[in-house]
Amino acid sequence: MTGIVISTDPINTAESLREFEMSVPEAGAIVSFSGQVRPKAGDSSVKALHLQAYPPMTDQGISGAVEEASRRWPLEGVLVRHRVGDITVGEVIVFVAAASAHRRAAFEAADFLMDYLKTNAVFWKKEVRDTGEVWIEPRAEDYEDQARWTTQETN
Amino acid sequence: MADLIYFGRLGDVTGKMSERASLPEDVMTVMALRSWMESRYENTGAFQDRTVRIAVNNAIVPETFKLSDGDEIAFMPPVGGG
Repeated sequence: MTGIVISTDPINTAESLREFEMSVPEAGAIVSFSGQVRPKAGDSSVKALHLQAYPPMTDQGISGAVEEASRRWPLEGVLVRHRVGDITVGEVIVFVAAASAHRRAAFEAADFLMDYLKTNAVFWKKEVRDTGEVWIEPRAEDYEDQARWTTQETN
Repeated sequence: MADLIYFGRLGDVTGKMSERASLPEDVMTVMALRSWMESRYENTGAFQDRTVRIAVNNAIVPETFKLSDGDEIAFMPPVGGG
C-alpha cells in the first residue's frame, strides 16, 4: 500500500500500523514513526498547534517525496498520515510507515520522508503558547537534516 | 477577479485566510502585485518579503509572471513543516 492522508481527524497509530502491516505481506521489515505535539518550546509551554495545508500543493509535494523514496529504496509500501487544523499537546501530528524486504531500506526511507515532512512539506504551523501565538518556520537543523539526502549516496 | 489566499503569518497581516479581489489594471505581474498588496495592508513589508513565495493556480511563479483574470493566487511564507 502507498497512501497519503491529510486530515483534521485524529491519527490512531496502532490501527494505522496494523492496517499497513496487513497491506504489505511480502515485506520483511516495517518501520514506523509517530510525531506528537511537544508540551514545551524552549521556555514556553505549548498548548496546541494549528496547521494549515494547501491542497493540492501539499499532496503533490508529499507524493513527490514518496516517489523519490521509492526510487532510492526497494519499498513494498509507504503510508503517510498528517494532521491539519488544531492539534493539542500529546496528540499525534504525523505518522509515517515504510515497508521493505530488509530493515535498512525501511529505516532510511522513513527517515528520508520525515526529513521532507519537517522542512519542505507545504504546511504552515502556529504554536499556541502560554505567552501567545507564534508562527514557526524551519530550524537550521531541519535544513541540515534534509541536506544529508542530497550529499549522501545510498546503497 | 482573483482569489487571494494568505497562509501562515500573512493571514495575521490581512486578518483573513482568503478574499476575492479585483486587481487594478496596472497590476499585471507578481512584482506589481506585491506592491499593491503592501498599499492595501499598511506597508508592513510582509508582502515584499522575498521569502514569501507566490503560487498562481497551484504552481510557484517568478516575479515577472503575468497574472490573468480568474487566477488563484496564494501567498506562501516559508513552510514550517509538520
